[in-house]
Amino acid sequence: MSTIDPKPSSIVATKTARPSHGVAQIKERSSSVQSGILRGLSNSAVTIITVLIGLLWSVPTFGLFISSLRPASLIQSSGWWTAFTPPWQFTIDNYQQVIQAQGLGQAFLNSLIIAIPGTLLPTLVAAFAAYAFAWMKFPGRDWLFFGIVALLIIPIQITLAPVLSLFTALGITGSYLAVWLAHTAYGLPFAIYLLRNFFGSLPSDLFESAHIDGASHSRFFFNIVLPLSVPSLASLFIFQFMWVWNDLLVSLIFLGGSPQRAPLTLTIANLVNSYGSNYEVLTSAAFISMVLPLVIFFSLQRYFVRGILAGSVKG
Amino acid sequence: MIQTVKKGSKLSPTGGTKWLGILNPWLWIAPAVLCIVVFLFYPMLNTIWLSFFSNDSSRFVGLTNYAYIFTNGGMLEVLRNNLLWLVLATILTVFLGLVVAVLADRVRIESIIKAMIFVPMAISFVGASVIWRFIYDYKTSDQAQIGLLNGIMTLFHLQPQAWLIDPRFNNIALIIVYVWMWTGFCMVILSASLKGIPTELIEAAKMDGANDISIFFRITVPMISPTIAVVTTTMIINILKIFDVIYVMTGGDYQTNVVAVEYYQQLFNFNNFGIGSALAALLLLTILPIMYINIRQIRAQEVQR
Repeated sequence: MSTIDPKPSSIVATKTARPSHGVAQIKERSSSVQSGILRGLSNSAVTIITVLIGLLWSVPTFGLFISSLRPASLIQSSGWWTAFTPPWQFTIDNYQQVIQAQGLGQAFLNSLIIAIPGTLLPTLVAAFAAYAFAWMKFPGRDWLFFGIVALLIIPIQITLAPVLSLFTALGITGSYLAVWLAHTAYGLPFAIYLLRNFFGSLPSDLFESAHIDGASHSRFFFNIVLPLSVPSLASLFIFQFMWVWNDLLVSLIFLGGSPQRAPLTLTIANLVNSYGSNYEVLTSAAFISMVLPLVIFFSLQRYFVRGILAGSVKG
Repeated sequence: MIQTVKKGSKLSPTGGTKWLGILNPWLWIAPAVLCIVVFLFYPMLNTIWLSFFSNDSSRFVGLTNYAYIFTNGGMLEVLRNNLLWLVLATILTVFLGLVVAVLADRVRIESIIKAMIFVPMAISFVGASVIWRFIYDYKTSDQAQIGLLNGIMTLFHLQPQAWLIDPRFNNIALIIVYVWMWTGFCMVILSASLKGIPTELIEAAKMDGANDISIFFRITVPMISPTIAVVTTTMIINILKIFDVIYVMTGGDYQTNVVAVEYYQQLFNFNNFGIGSALAALLLLTILPIMYINIRQIRAQEVQR
């Protein structure tokens, strides 16, 4: 095990910072006023740079939003940024058209029916496995973990044909169960990888003291590991939810064209096909499908807060 | 400590608990392993097997399919594009994700900034392709531009460009779309791990007169390096099998094709099971060294604990 460890190097980093203590103090005293100004300046510079990056990142989405509010004829004949110069021509016709189009409410519901188990199931299954990989010793553990994570590389396209024939043999093609199982399996390697990393970075003292108290693995897992891992579980939940929500391929193949169960993505894709590639339908429909993932992200964002595990998460 | 406890449990009169103790880890991983074997492992073996057979899977051809991939001009272009993606897209997403996470950590409106960067993650690939059409769209210079980029070009009296068709730009243009979508992913994970750095450590370094740059490189980066490794590995893997962006925006035309799209076309458009499977098997091979480095790092982490 001669690999360079992250932790020792960070200790080295702080140690090398130390010896300069005396010198720095003298310097600081002589230019404390100046550095105070500089710090203030650099803070506002940081704010400005950060805001600029944020705005730059929002331009494409903003362009779509503006486009979705423009009359169909204008979307294709002039740039969306010209909408800000008079005459202002905005309309909500595009949204009305999409919402009145058949089955969008049902499709929204279907997306939920697919996405909620499709997110909770892999998170739970992965948490169990990640716990065993992080905190239990058994023969072949590392190789098994290695193997599972290596499967991340599998493009899901290569699995579609064999899995479809299996589902057909089991008679569950076209059911929600098929889609849930597929999303669980495809999400697992990443979920196990992410959670193993977080679980593994919990301090081992926790584990030892729990063991002295005679706590079983399941009690330790549910009472200590899971509550401490809320931020990582929340991140995983968000990512998995978005992947499932935005997935088209899995639903397309495994729901096998049963329109009464089609999720939002599939319905929108069909809308696009039946309306040609009309931007006015596409822009507003794309916007509607973005709403829920964003709500989920904003409501779970508070879990990414400072100090839930201050100092004990090494990475 | 654990040793003593284990000795204690061996003393227990029931032989059943001991047996359960051996079985226990396997019960924890069983559901995951079962899913993975059926949905991923078996299809993978199937693919590797088929890669040694002719395109209609009737004859064993050895390494012929692989030889074809490394000698055919079109295939080499696909491999070259994948390499470009791998290098550029990985570096950009991880680097920008880290920069934004660190910068946002220092501003009062952190959550708003992070949300702005993260929004593209919530958009489906179909949605993203529509969004970027309003950026990259190309009309000849006598027409009004509806793509922002060419709108800007016209403003500066430059020739509008066909960003997605011209081989000089199109790969970069596609990579930018991907970076736009995935930087938020890197940022959120890196940011979560940034929050784990004890504030006292940063404070102490500041007291010692360390400036922001040296704090970044000598404290922040080393402290979160395990997470950087996780994020980088994840991005490398995602990018190696990049599919959707290219499939939706150019369909692999105009010299933008990559391995996963080529695989899909070989299989579903041309029914070339042999060559398609060999392409997928090559992807699998490329990941092995990355996984090897990763497992070594995890073991090192273990020793340190």
